[in-house]
Amino acid sequence: MIRNSYFINIIRFVLLILVQVLIFNKLNFFGYINPMVYILFLYWYPIKQKRQLFLLLSFLLGFLVDLFSDTVAIHAAATVTIAYLRPTIMRFCFGVNYEFQNFKLTNTTRAQQITFLTLLIIIHHLVFFTLEIFSFENTLLILRKVLTMSIATLVLCLLLSSLFSVNKE
Amino acid sequence: MRQIIDFILRYKNFLLYLFLLIISLALTIQSHSYHRSKYFNSSNWLTGNIYETTSNITTYFGLGEENKKLVEENKRLRNLLFNQKKQDSMQLDTANITYKVIASQVIKNSYSLPRNYITINKGSAHGIKPDMGVITANGILGIVENTSKNFATVQSILNTKSRINAKIKNTNHYGSLVWNTKDYNTVQLADIERLVPLKLGDTIVTGASSSIFPENIPIGIVKNFDLNNSQNSYNIDIKLFNNMATVKSIYLVNNIQREEIIELEAKTNNDSQ
Repeated sequence: MIRNSYFINIIRFVLLILVQVLIFNKLNFFGYINPMVYILFLYWYPIKQKRQLFLLLSFLLGFLVDLFSDTVAIHAAATVTIAYLRPTIMRFCFGVNYEFQNFKLTNTTRAQQITFLTLLIIIHHLVFFTLEIFSFENTLLILRKVLTMSIATLVLCLLLSSLFSVNKE
Repeated sequence: MRQIIDFILRYKNFLLYLFLLIISLALTIQSHSYHRSKYFNSSNWLTGNIYETTSNITTYFGLGEENKKLVEENKRLRNLLFNQKKQDSMQLDTANITYKVIASQVIKNSYSLPRNYITINKGSAHGIKPDMGVITANGILGIVENTSKNFATVQSILNTKSRINAKIKNTNHYGSLVWNTKDYNTVQLADIERLVPLKLGDTIVTGASSSIFPENIPIGIVKNFDLNNSQNSYNIDIKLFNNMATVKSIYLVNNIQREEIIELEAKTNNDSQ
């Protein structure tokens, strides 16, 4: 069972990177909207795993996406930030429940899941666009990009997560 | 000592996070200020091969369109060739050649970021070096930034780091080509003085003071212009001839005399110090 979960996560890791760089980075909806669906890896990643490994994996995920899109290490910085903040966000969304042994993402309500995903996406995009544009003169531009991209990413992530929902008992 | 170890153990997650964040920030900030990010770019073996494979598949869907473009360009070049006044074999003498052209294909293109890069499927093994100019049949595209054995990344003109020497056609008024990241079909020409007579629709071409591009490569036409805040130079918007979203076949221009020019310039600078 544990081996199975490792296997699924590795496949997810590779597939999400490929889908991101080969499909969603080329979307250019309205000229600049490219949803970042690889955030789903952090959404789906098991909760009871070691945090250090999770941080390193997130860094690697972001860094590989960076390598493909020639953005040096902006994705990596944003992804590692949400990876570090994930337990805090989860406590905020699911209350103390999430620390129990039998907690599962599928047991929570739809609203809680969407809040969790939205917070991950917004924090990621905020870090990403701040670093990408890299000047405080353009705060409005950063906020506008964060807003539009977050909506696009959220819609795409929700669609994908309902397509590949983990449990179908 | 024990307290320090306790501290590290207690905050190990935070310290790891901080470490990873600092690595990525350092890399990012370095790439903003220096000319090139030498190691982390899409010209490496892994990303290059993945992009090449997918590009091999997707280009099949645009072959007809691409063929039409190439025939159109051939027609234009033949027109030039047949109408040349004197056919002189002297012109083909290799000693007189300044520019060498290499053809290549785009395998990855981006135009939605503030710093866009294009990956192409030729590298140092095919004689491609950093700082070669990249053009298409319609106009200018960018400058080679990094090369690996079989791939290279091109700093697109849609990149806030890019500054290319450009002028108004048939005049000697030079400026530099920059991009304000707003629209991928529009770039800006800076440093043109207010005394310069300017009209909508004027053609902008590459200037002579760059050792990268030959003179008079088309860039675009003036879309609109107004005086900037200090009222002494123009803000000019230029509509590009190239459709930056669909570039496929490209040419790399190698100035054979470039090394000599750079050497000479360096020498002059040293002497004057």
